[in-house]
Amino acid sequence: MKKLLAVSLLTLCVAMPAVAQVKVDDPWVRATVPQQRATGAFMQLTAPVDARLVEVQSPAAAVVEIHEMTMDNDVMRMRAIESLDLPAGQTVELKPGGYHVMLIDLKAQAKEGDTIPVTLIVENKDGQRETIEIAAPVRPLNPAQMKHRHGHGH
Amino acid sequence: MSSGLSRLKFVAIAVVAVVLSACTPPEPPRFNAANMTGIEYGKDFRMHDADGRERTIAEFRGKVVMIFFGFIQCPDICPTALLRAVEIRNLLGEDARHMQLLFVTVDPERDSPEVIKAYMEAFDPSFIGLRESPERTREIADSFHVLYNKVPTGDSYTMDHTATTFIFDPTGRLRLAAPHIMPAELIADDIRTLLRTTR
Repeated sequence: MKKLLAVSLLTLCVAMPAVAQVKVDDPWVRATVPQQRATGAFMQLTAPVDARLVEVQSPAAAVVEIHEMTMDNDVMRMRAIESLDLPAGQTVELKPGGYHVMLIDLKAQAKEGDTIPVTLIVENKDGQRETIEIAAPVRPLNPAQMKHRHGHGH
Repeated sequence: MSSGLSRLKFVAIAVVAVVLSACTPPEPPRFNAANMTGIEYGKDFRMHDADGRERTIAEFRGKVVMIFFGFIQCPDICPTALLRAVEIRNLLGEDARHMQLLFVTVDPERDSPEVIKAYMEAFDPSFIGLRESPERTREIADSFHVLYNKVPTGDSYTMDHTATTFIFDPTGRLRLAAPHIMPAELIADDIRTLLRTTR
């Protein structure tokens, strides 16, 4: 209940500007090794009104797609999806085991300490588009090797 | 029937049960992962590592061997499975030296030996990445009933693949299949059981 109130208050605050702002929390990109050409970007998105993530761009990769991962009989399947629904006030997690932004044909190795610029394009139900620029820090493949970082589990 | 008699009967049964359990051989070990004992997947397993050396299960006698099939350009499942293996090693503590992880690439066309080597080292220097020709890879995957296929995406492709980890006991017999969602703790328990009970 408290959480709901907090979310509604938050929604109210965020909804104040003319165009509703989608909140992006904890964005990160998984590090790559040299010659690895693809990786995933993860984050949490909260839209104040019903919206959809329709496109993602990044100068770090030639191709950027929104992917859904599913498991069927312990077989992992990964598919590009047209858009990702962001229901009003609900936090949608892009995390390992679910959705992710797939960065394909990386222009350089993603190293810990790097920050990858990512542009999210969100469309609300009235067709209004909003562009959100984020800077996603690169996290190492093995976070146990990660020093001086606030721990985020997977 | 008086209650005294039924109590006596109960005690008699209990005594018999205790005596019987003392005589019967120990129960077979219980596992969290699916028990594959007697199933001969991956028989005569041999593959080349990133340095071109041929590796077999037999050479890891005395160790529990975990085999996972995946690909390096994978953003999600493969790093998650490898991180879980790192966690399992941490949970095993001293026993970690009795555990070996083998990673088999199902994407040998893109995963060069250099990339595989660097990727394994990023997780744990003890992990061994294995790579064969596309034809041999298919044969090896088939021997585990592992499925994989290329799925075009953009100008590139991704791979669908079985995310099960196969676990061999210290004598080199396939014993367990752990699904992707199984937590590290449960697999670490199973590895301890295998190390303790395998003769």
